[in-house]
Amino acid sequence: MNKGRTPAMTPWIFLIPFLLTFAVFTLYPLTQSFVLSFQQTFGPRSTVPVGFENFRYLFTDPLFWIALKNTVIFTLCSLFVQLPLSLGLALLLNRPELKGRSLFRLIFFAPSLVGLVFVGMIFSLIFEKRTGLLNVALHAIAPAFPLEFPWLQNYVMPALVIAALWLYVGFNMIYFLAALQTVPDELVDAAGIDGAGPWDRFVHVTLPHILPVAGFVVLLSILGSLQLFELPFVLLGGSGPENRGLTLVMYLYNTGFVTGDLGYASAIGWVLALILAGVTIGQRALSRKGEE
Amino acid sequence: MKKSNTALLFLYPLLVFFSILTLVPFAWMICAAFKGNADFFNSLFLPQGDGFLGIAWHRLTFANFTKLFGELGMLRATMNSVFLASTTALLGTLGGAMGGYALAKFEFRGRKWMTRLVLAAMIIPGPLLMAPGYQMMYHLGLLDTYAGMLLPTIAPAFGIFLFRQSILNSVPMELIEAARIDGAGEVRIFATMVLPIIRPMIGAFLMITFLGTWNNFIGPQILFQSPEKFPLSVAINSLKGVYGQDYGMLMAGTLVSIAPILVLFLLLQKEFIAGLTAGSVKG
Repeated sequence: MNKGRTPAMTPWIFLIPFLLTFAVFTLYPLTQSFVLSFQQTFGPRSTVPVGFENFRYLFTDPLFWIALKNTVIFTLCSLFVQLPLSLGLALLLNRPELKGRSLFRLIFFAPSLVGLVFVGMIFSLIFEKRTGLLNVALHAIAPAFPLEFPWLQNYVMPALVIAALWLYVGFNMIYFLAALQTVPDELVDAAGIDGAGPWDRFVHVTLPHILPVAGFVVLLSILGSLQLFELPFVLLGGSGPENRGLTLVMYLYNTGFVTGDLGYASAIGWVLALILAGVTIGQRALSRKGEE
Repeated sequence: MKKSNTALLFLYPLLVFFSILTLVPFAWMICAAFKGNADFFNSLFLPQGDGFLGIAWHRLTFANFTKLFGELGMLRATMNSVFLASTTALLGTLGGAMGGYALAKFEFRGRKWMTRLVLAAMIIPGPLLMAPGYQMMYHLGLLDTYAGMLLPTIAPAFGIFLFRQSILNSVPMELIEAARIDGAGEVRIFATMVLPIIRPMIGAFLMITFLGTWNNFIGPQILFQSPEKFPLSVAINSLKGVYGQDYGMLMAGTLVSIAPILVLFLLLQKEFIAGLTAGSVKG
């Protein structure tokens, strides 16, 4: 018996749980998803082959374009409203001399623990007409403001963005804060002695240092925003007035599980996957260019 | 240092302002959970009266909670969430650690390809698998079963990736080889030597998986049909459909759904943050 050497089978035995679940619950559905996207189905049982019809119809489907537009607008808001706020909060908190720093960090982070469904729940009542926190508070400050104002009928996207802000600002802040803590103080101080103002120090010293993490947060934020579903689904109780809260994944869900066409839903899934892949490849290329 | 003191003077009001903005939805939800519907309409936070601090404490009520747990079977949904989240966390952590160990500490043909496969599995978007996954669950007879929820989660690619990094960084090869020379079996080496060393990562991954499963909505929403199998996320949403006007009760249900997570977080803050940021560090 050759002690100290392992049988060649050992690593494969440790990998069995992954191999089995990957094959059954990822690889097989993935190939099925491809097959399904060329079929029309009525529930899980009956399928009809339709060739490229699903994809052809997709490009003329007004609901698909509405969903894509809403999803892209939400994603842009995440990028240009949410992330700057997260970075701003991280910069405010990145001072070792600040008392109560960990308490503030805890408070800002706390909403990230709340699931999207529950956030949707809380904010659907905050924006509720007549009784919602927002109307009651506005009415108390300015009595001219009507208690009856139906925010969720009129401002679908802003309501979504605000609820997402509450949820994600502190979450992204944690990443920025972790990155900021790796910026050496001497570097920033040296730039200060050389006469660089706070803005110059941020742009020329801090920002280049945190760029890799910032790139990661941007990618994570885009990928997450493009797959938005639960928040509008619960907040609006569906796609909202005139489908103004319809997102790509919600359209996929409605198509597959309300209408029952798993084939068309799969076609939507592939378009979404292509968009996500494009974003990921684009971000990789950009960050590689940045490193050079 | 005088300059930084004046900066701090502006900093505190700003941070306190943002803290209040962050905390108000929590406070409002908690107050609403203990109010009857009449007081929900009449008061913003707590009903005013002549009690301590000018608040009518006697008007606060547990009625929302008794209704939730009595008539509406919220206890069952809570147990479902606890069961699904803890089982998924345990299974996923074990499967993840096993896979990560294999990729980190064994030389074998195909290791490079297996590592690539794990990375590829990580980036497959969930929504793409929704429709075919549902069809497959139907054919396997796993629709509306706990097994259908649990089986796909027993070896998450993300977990394998994290554990691989952690084991590469913290488990010395000499230790494993020495144990082998002493005649220790492979399973024993893994369980009694490797796992204790990576305990921080185990704690972190247990928690992020628990949190992720607890807050998961789309999976159980698609898979489960019988209300007695719903976890809290699905139960709360269906409650909203039926009792949409019963605001106090909806907030009580939401409070019950997020309180356990918040308490867990307060107890295990460090592990939580470590788990969340672990994925951002390239290795």
